[in-house]
Amino acid sequence: MATIELKQVSKHFGSVVAVDKLDLQIAEGECVAMLGPSGCGKTTTLRMVAGFEDLDDGEIRVGDRLLSSKREKYYLPPEQRNFGMVFQAFAVWPHLSVFENVAFPLRVRKLPKDEIVARTEEALKNTNLLSAAAGSPDDLSGGGKQRVALARALAIRPDVMLLDEPLSSLDPHFREEMRFEIKDLQRRFGFSILYVTHDQSEAMALSDRILVMKTGVVQQIGTPLEVYGRPANRFVFEFIGLSCFLHAELSAGGMHIDGQSYPWPNAVAPAPEIIAAGAGLLAARPTEIDFIAEGGVRGVVARKAYLGETIDYRVMVGTSEIRVQKTRRVPGPAVGEAVGLSFPMPHWYSARAA
Amino acid sequence: MTTKTHTRFGTPELLFGLSVAVLVIVVAVPMLLIFFNAFWVDGHFNVADVIRVLRHPETYKALWNSLVLSVGVTITGTIVGTFFAWLVTRTDLPFKRTMKLLFLVPFMLPAFIGALAWKMLLSPRAGYINRFFIDVLGFDGPIFNIYSYAGIILVETMYLFPFVFIQVSGALERMDPTLEESARISGADLITITRKITIPLVLPSILSGALLIMLYSMAHFGTVAVLGIESGIYNIPTLIYEKIHQSAGSFDSIRTATVLATVLVITAALILWLQNRVLAKGRYQIIAGKSFRPSELKLRGLRIPLLVVCILYIAFTIVLPTATIFMVGGLKTYGLPFVSENLTWSNYYHILFEWDLTRGAIWNSISLGLSAALITMFAGVIISYVIVKMRVRGKGILEFLGMLPFSVPGSVIALGVILAWSGKFGINLYNTVWIILIAYIARYMAFSLKANSAALEQVHDSLVEAARASGATMAQALRDIVVPLVRPGMVAAFFLIFLPALRELTVSVLLYGPTTRTIGVAIYTLNEDGETVYSAALAGIALIIIVLGEVLIKRLVTSKTSAA
Repeated sequence: MATIELKQVSKHFGSVVAVDKLDLQIAEGECVAMLGPSGCGKTTTLRMVAGFEDLDDGEIRVGDRLLSSKREKYYLPPEQRNFGMVFQAFAVWPHLSVFENVAFPLRVRKLPKDEIVARTEEALKNTNLLSAAAGSPDDLSGGGKQRVALARALAIRPDVMLLDEPLSSLDPHFREEMRFEIKDLQRRFGFSILYVTHDQSEAMALSDRILVMKTGVVQQIGTPLEVYGRPANRFVFEFIGLSCFLHAELSAGGMHIDGQSYPWPNAVAPAPEIIAAGAGLLAARPTEIDFIAEGGVRGVVARKAYLGETIDYRVMVGTSEIRVQKTRRVPGPAVGEAVGLSFPMPHWYSARAA
Repeated sequence: MTTKTHTRFGTPELLFGLSVAVLVIVVAVPMLLIFFNAFWVDGHFNVADVIRVLRHPETYKALWNSLVLSVGVTITGTIVGTFFAWLVTRTDLPFKRTMKLLFLVPFMLPAFIGALAWKMLLSPRAGYINRFFIDVLGFDGPIFNIYSYAGIILVETMYLFPFVFIQVSGALERMDPTLEESARISGADLITITRKITIPLVLPSILSGALLIMLYSMAHFGTVAVLGIESGIYNIPTLIYEKIHQSAGSFDSIRTATVLATVLVITAALILWLQNRVLAKGRYQIIAGKSFRPSELKLRGLRIPLLVVCILYIAFTIVLPTATIFMVGGLKTYGLPFVSENLTWSNYYHILFEWDLTRGAIWNSISLGLSAALITMFAGVIISYVIVKMRVRGKGILEFLGMLPFSVPGSVIALGVILAWSGKFGINLYNTVWIILIAYIARYMAFSLKANSAALEQVHDSLVEAARASGATMAQALRDIVVPLVRPGMVAAFFLIFLPALRELTVSVLLYGPTTRTIGVAIYTLNEDGETVYSAALAGIALIIIVLGEVLIKRLVTSKTSAA
């Protein structure tokens, strides 16, 4: 088993910087998800680890094995990296049976015949495909095809598994099932996972750590809890989970919204440089805003929508709209009612463009 | 819904009846007459006599030649087409996009004009290249005799390989690159991937293109007629031509022709059936949405040599024959060297403005092409509408009859039309333009049905329903909603028919009379009569018309579709 290490990895396409000086270490048996909007460089990073793209700078190693290095002008082609990889569009070969799909990497490695059969069957058993082995993968559902792809990646018993949006072509109910299956396989075989996704709940559920990227630059690396609860910047805060913002004038003593002055919410003051700028953004998750009868930031309920378990309120504070979500089990204010808003878990960001 | 409110008078049934009538008269009767003539001898069904005809050395030889030539062309065309398709899609060859377009040009050029050019270049005694080697370089004999199996196969390959090229390059381009990447990450090198993954996945496309080459080569008249006569090589279509033309309609030769035609139809049907099977069974879902470009093979040191190969191939198969046609067309007498005192514009002038034979031929081709295209376009819309949109029982017959000529070689259609319209039913159209027009309509109906059905299938029923819900009558809905949306399909159908009709040879050569030569027939007969220079000049003019037409369609179709 091995750690994956990316050092100062960069990649350009023409004048566009796809990945900029990325550093990342993935421990043995760890699952790291790369999360970000499309075009942020996450897939390019994965493809550099896989070896489909060369680096423009930096180096990548697995354990003590060098994979790519600009400085040493070294590049190991993907077929020699010994990774398992699963692609978004399954990429199972329709002209081969399920068994032959899974056996392919073993045949390429010219293993003895009985070992190929044994290991293929083992991989098929681990993915519940043994009964479909003789059939064509085209007869399987999307989930079935992705299982074939997983079995094929497992067959070589890799140290590292690269997953490129493996669940996004699946129907929603299959997604959750496959998520558990991948997690379960990892527990049993102990491989490390580098996972690309744009689905944050997938990233949260699967990974030990999340790497959030934007335009080629790493924004934050941390556990799901850290990334959600202590986002490093406004981008991460907005990208993960629901968010709303309130513009506030700032002075040393507190904040001024819509002509009214308030103390710091829950006594959390912004960083000194934000106060010095004279204005900032008060940010909070809609579920982390409370209605209070006395005090609080004053607003008026403009709209109210039932979303099943939660009720979604739009509260106008001056000219800004604040979204608040509360459980339906507590009776809330009616439309048109004046309310006070308290922010038990406030975040402060600079008012300048993020 | 419509069937309840508006069909009291049976509009769909009326349309259906009319469509069936048109197709029966134009397609079914001629075809049935061929089978009838082939199998019905002396008042009874007679298979033994069919076998007797097939055993005749002449027929037997024609069948054998058709087989040898088409198999040969299929093999060479498939190799050439697959190789170039791979080169322009999967390697870092320079100027790939331009090359890809250039490889499609041979599709525009009529093969028999190409054959004519190669005859001028490589005929054993008079061909310019052979003469250069004998006279200038002192060779003892010609370096290559184009009047041979090899010569015919080479020339047909040049003009038919795009069938494979288009199919394979399309498949390679649309193929999901992760299919190959997953093989790479599984540990396979590029050679293993090509052998085990890429080729098997595009094999259905290769086979389907190969079968199309075979179908066309089997039924191909022009090249064999131009290059085979001298050394006595004839295939089924040229023997049918021989039988109909040379023997002045004797019963025995017509019977031989119908038997040959039957063999041709059965072979063609078999090939198309095979192609359908290959496509249905083997069309893998290998197309995916997002992805990176497939990894290109770095040609490194071979980059420039392979580019040179491509350029030489294009120079040799497109530029050289075309230039030869124009140069020979400008010679005072055939056989003179190409120096300025031997060249003149007067041949072109003579052909365009003075000579009734060639002027008539140009006029005939243009008027026949226009009328056939217009009639077929409108009939095609109506029949497609019945097939695609109406729920009438038995519309499968329409589809079958309309698409049948697609698999029926031109010489067979012409033969059927002769049998049906030279007095058998009291109407004798032989030697008039009308018989050619009927044959063109039969031949090109399938093109129109394909283009129009495709366009109609895009027009969802709910669009008409929305118009009806807004208060439009069925007629208004058709006029304001359906017709504007189908118009690009109609325009496409028009040109898909008009341009091939302009250069048509196989059908017209069997049907022409003294005053009803088409451009193709005129080029062919002038060449037969030894008027090589005029033949080349007319071919040159035909090439100009064809290229202008193709450019015009590209313009029209792209602007129409982007507007729609």
